[in-house]
Amino acid sequence: MTEPDAPVWSVVGPLFGHFAVLSLMAIGGGVVMVAPEIQRYVVDSHHWMTAEQFSAAYAIAQAAPGPNMLYTTLVGWQVAGWIGAVAATVAIVGPPSLLTLAIMHASTRRVPGRFARAVGRGLAPISVGLLFATGWILLRGTAADWRGAVLTALAAAAVLRTKINPVWVIVAGATAGIVGLV
Amino acid sequence: MSDPPSGRGDAPTAVAPARIAPLELFLAFSEMALSGFGGVLPFAYRAMVERRRWVDREEFARLLAVAQVMPGPTICNLAVMFGYRRSGLTGAAASLAGMVAMPFAIVLGLGVAYQRFGDLPAVRRALVGMSSVAAGLILATAIKMARAVRPRVVPICLAALAFVGVGVIRFSLIAVIAVLAPAAVLFSWKSDD
Repeated sequence: MTEPDAPVWSVVGPLFGHFAVLSLMAIGGGVVMVAPEIQRYVVDSHHWMTAEQFSAAYAIAQAAPGPNMLYTTLVGWQVAGWIGAVAATVAIVGPPSLLTLAIMHASTRRVPGRFARAVGRGLAPISVGLLFATGWILLRGTAADWRGAVLTALAAAAVLRTKINPVWVIVAGATAGIVGLV
Repeated sequence: MSDPPSGRGDAPTAVAPARIAPLELFLAFSEMALSGFGGVLPFAYRAMVERRRWVDREEFARLLAVAQVMPGPTICNLAVMFGYRRSGLTGAAASLAGMVAMPFAIVLGLGVAYQRFGDLPAVRRALVGMSSVAAGLILATAIKMARAVRPRVVPICLAALAFVGVGVIRFSLIAVIAVLAPAAVLFSWKSDD
């Protein structure tokens, strides 16, 4: 990772705005599903980091305890240091929280049944497509060759077939990397 | 600030939930977040339903359902909803802060370590392995979710278009969602019976 730049508001401002918009688009699949867009934004459009650094940031956040959205914290930190980390985190967590509060405040009842169902069920296929896209761009971002893809498939199979805690799968991945299997 | 809307008068069975001090919420959600290696949700369930008995299983499922429909990080939405219900805006803020603050510090600590040691060959190789595996974890989630999607032409096309548009062609997500989401909701609304 390169040295994070000094906080530059001309960088943090757009980052905050973009992340805030994306936070409201992460419906049904969590913040993981906006990862391709975040990667496109920080890697392809702005060259704030490389694809490999993005994949590494994601993997590091996965290895840490806490909500899955923390990879955005690391991305923000990478882009603009501490200010960037705070800005990214607030942008991802803030708008959805405010929206949740507003809806709870407006009504003690649940979101109207049929509409919520239509939104939830309707958007589910899009979330699925976006999650596949996330896995795809993370894999492409790593410096791994075909053996990395095999590791990806093994990890997916392990989680689907067993009840193993994902964190052990991450540990196994790190070990496989260290001993030179990928 | 303002009190959470009580359930009183809503329905005969609804009882105003007991208040929980913001500090307790903060500590409880911090604990859940810090236990949450590989996903906080199972730990939230264990803590809120089984250990502290703050909510029963049905109530937890209801909270979760709404938290999932809302945009953003599901587990954070859940913390906000529960905190607000039990201690108003202060409670919502305390719960959310509990969920985020400590993990934030830890992940930045790891980031700093990566910045320092990321160039070491062993660290680099470990991260390549971890990234490959992380991609696999996401694919597993995608496959699990795909099983719940109705095997009909329109949903499958929507999933494929989202994947290709965002993952392969690399269109902006905003553009892809703007095109696909209205079609998806409309289809789902029409075929809802």
